[in-house]
Amino acid sequence: MPGPLTYFIWFVGILCEAAVLVCALKKGAFRRYFLLNLYMGGMIVVELGRYKILSQFGQSSHEYAYFYYYSDALLTICLYFALCTLYSHVFSEMKAERYVRMGAILLLAGTAAFSAAVVLQSSAKILTHFVFELSQNLYFVGVVLTYVLWAAILKLRETRTRLIQLVLSLGIYFSLLAANYAVRNLYPQLGNTVAPIAQLVGTFLPLAWAYAFWRLPEEARLAPGRLAVIPR
Amino acid sequence: MMAAIILVCSVVFLLQFFVSYCRSLIAASIKHPLSAEVQDVTGIKTAATGEDFARVVQLLQLCPDRPEDRSGIQAIGAYFGLLGFVRSSIARLVPSLLAWTETERGQCTYFAAVTLERRIAFSRDMFAQQLES
Repeated sequence: MPGPLTYFIWFVGILCEAAVLVCALKKGAFRRYFLLNLYMGGMIVVELGRYKILSQFGQSSHEYAYFYYYSDALLTICLYFALCTLYSHVFSEMKAERYVRMGAILLLAGTAAFSAAVVLQSSAKILTHFVFELSQNLYFVGVVLTYVLWAAILKLRETRTRLIQLVLSLGIYFSLLAANYAVRNLYPQLGNTVAPIAQLVGTFLPLAWAYAFWRLPEEARLAPGRLAVIPR
Repeated sequence: MMAAIILVCSVVFLLQFFVSYCRSLIAASIKHPLSAEVQDVTGIKTAATGEDFARVVQLLQLCPDRPEDRSGIQAIGAYFGLLGFVRSSIARLVPSLLAWTETERGQCTYFAAVTLERRIAFSRDMFAQQLES
């Protein structure tokens, strides 16, 4: 069973996720960033589910492992679509929403096909390993897509502070998780050491989003080139 | 091999996102004027310097914190540490970096002072609410 520190970080994580929803609702940003909030809501449900299964079956049980990786894959897909909505926000003036949606679905299908191809070559437990592989690949696709979005923000001289901070914090989160999966692949023996760090990393995104929703009004503006505030 | 490439790319992207994120946090607070009271407490009269950062953070820890402010100050603390590392290593070889890191460190201090001001205002509001009830 996990130690008190793990439980404490877990509890703090759930509180931070709830804080995002509260901040978004209070500041009227819930509908505008609906998928981001849906992801946070999903995180809370999944964390509570994980806790229930952990306390019922134990950490080393198959039930917990299955629930952990399957729910992680679902959440990653949800976060991937949340990232696509940020694309829609940035490209809203170009009316490119349909293209973004189509591109996102094609890329998701491509990533799923690549993951399946990798798993088919090397594994007997196809579905379980597929889910793990898909999460890992989606995190890396997420990093690259966020980087492209950040480049677009700079190129298009996007000035919305809240949007910029949501994108950058998502980039940090995706990079950390992609690095975490890569380390676990490279050094499997470090799994137990990396796990609490990954859990701690997990609290960064809700904290950053809660800050962005609470502290920054939608109309706050920033010059991304110099990153200096422009008085309106 | 693939995992190693992913790891390297992720770390490079992470650094870039992290620096941009911290600079966006700082930029969003830099136009916020400090009250005379906070200027007195922190000793920041004209321009903030990196040397004041530790003191301002100590003052921050005396005030009740708010969860939504926590990520910002933690990120800026890590950014300040990163700048300190750059200043004591790469900046010794590239002198133009030295001035840049010093400006950035000063802005980190200013961000901490703005957060301190918000926490003081928050504590005052809480105290006023308690008095009313």
